[in-house]
Amino acid sequence: MLPNQHSHHIEQRAHPVSEIRNVIIVGSGPAGYTAAIYAARAGLNPLVVAGSITAGGALMNTTEVENFPGFVEGVQGPELMQTLQAQAEKFGAEVLLDDATALQLEGDVKTVTVGMGTVYQTRAVILAMGSAYKEIGLDDEKRLSGKGVSWCATCDGFFFRNQDVVVIGGGDSAMEEATFLTRFANTVTIVHRRDELRASKVMADRAKADPKIKFVWNAEVIGLEGDIKLEGVTVRDRVTGLESTLRATGMFVAIGHDPRSELVKGIIDTDAEGYVQVQDRTTYTNVPGVFACGDLVDNRYRQAITAAGSGCAAALDAQRWLEDLEDVEHGLDEKQLLTGGAR
Amino acid sequence: MTEVVHATTDTFAAEVLQSDVPVVVDFWATWCGPCRAVAPILDELSGDYVGRLKVVKVDTDANPDLAMAYNVLSIPTLTFFRDGAVVKSIVGAKPKSALIEHFDEVLGA
Repeated sequence: MLPNQHSHHIEQRAHPVSEIRNVIIVGSGPAGYTAAIYAARAGLNPLVVAGSITAGGALMNTTEVENFPGFVEGVQGPELMQTLQAQAEKFGAEVLLDDATALQLEGDVKTVTVGMGTVYQTRAVILAMGSAYKEIGLDDEKRLSGKGVSWCATCDGFFFRNQDVVVIGGGDSAMEEATFLTRFANTVTIVHRRDELRASKVMADRAKADPKIKFVWNAEVIGLEGDIKLEGVTVRDRVTGLESTLRATGMFVAIGHDPRSELVKGIIDTDAEGYVQVQDRTTYTNVPGVFACGDLVDNRYRQAITAAGSGCAAALDAQRWLEDLEDVEHGLDEKQLLTGGAR
Repeated sequence: MTEVVHATTDTFAAEVLQSDVPVVVDFWATWCGPCRAVAPILDELSGDYVGRLKVVKVDTDANPDLAMAYNVLSIPTLTFFRDGAVVKSIVGAKPKSALIEHFDEVLGA
């Protein structure tokens, strides 16, 4: 009787298990795809909800990536992401080019709703939604978006041939955009809030050495000029308080990112800025079976390689968590067998 | 399966301005990541809306005069035309559900 009971018990459980996935990864930047590579190699058959238009993440809008280990000559951002995707798929990861629209993360079986309403069930979820470009916050910014105000130099630089453009920001993204824009623009003016750059030395030195690039330090953007198209950017000197208008037909905003944590707000603990909080050096969130990695948790390093590293950690954490889950279930089964009682 | 029409400076008037049904023009370029991301969605919608709303693609690299004529400074830009006039323009790649809303709004207007 006992063996039969046992097999019956397994059969009963086998049906939902075949429909409940081990792990779903939401996001497809370096963190999401690295998590997928590790989870796939662990035999977890991960589903990557990659996004319909955000697939590949922030690197899809960059050009040359020079600091990702393993590429002596550098690699184009989109090419790197295609490579990571192919590597994940090679080991059995399924990539879905659709958007997660709702997440139900509590309990043993979690659900991820995508696109037009398909619901996937899973035991574990890895959050890797990354971050979105930050806006300056001016009313005219939206009005002139696509009319000179841009967040993607690689997309739009072409339209500013022989024109004067402004880049807002002082980090690596701002330096990269400014340097890229010198291919097209007549002049590139970097407007930065402070008197020193946050960018890495190699990026900063490259921008400073470029004859087309000049800097306006200690300046914040307070207004945009232009009716149909951008014509000028008004800045205020944060030291003297003096205001001036830079004539420019293009303004590229590279002042940082906000974590894409809207979908998990109120369920997963975040800090005041919206970054998902993880426990110590792990990728565990406050909800069991939910792990987080990449730019979604990282307001400090925000590099492709650190995102990839944390994606790896998330997959390993999820794998271990799933194994522990099975041990517990297995343990319960054994106990039932010994006592002969049903649950 | 309907093929998405590619318009050039020479064919723009016939394909877009003189179209019997409303047209959405996708201003794009090969180097633009978000353009590549939204392209398959527009291909799908082109089939879903066949006979009601026509999807036309304009390569801004090959046809910079068209981009300039319609004040396109960011891509992708989706510009909706009805009876030869611009009725709506949206900047940046959007998910399918959002595009459907814009399509239906233009058709319902």
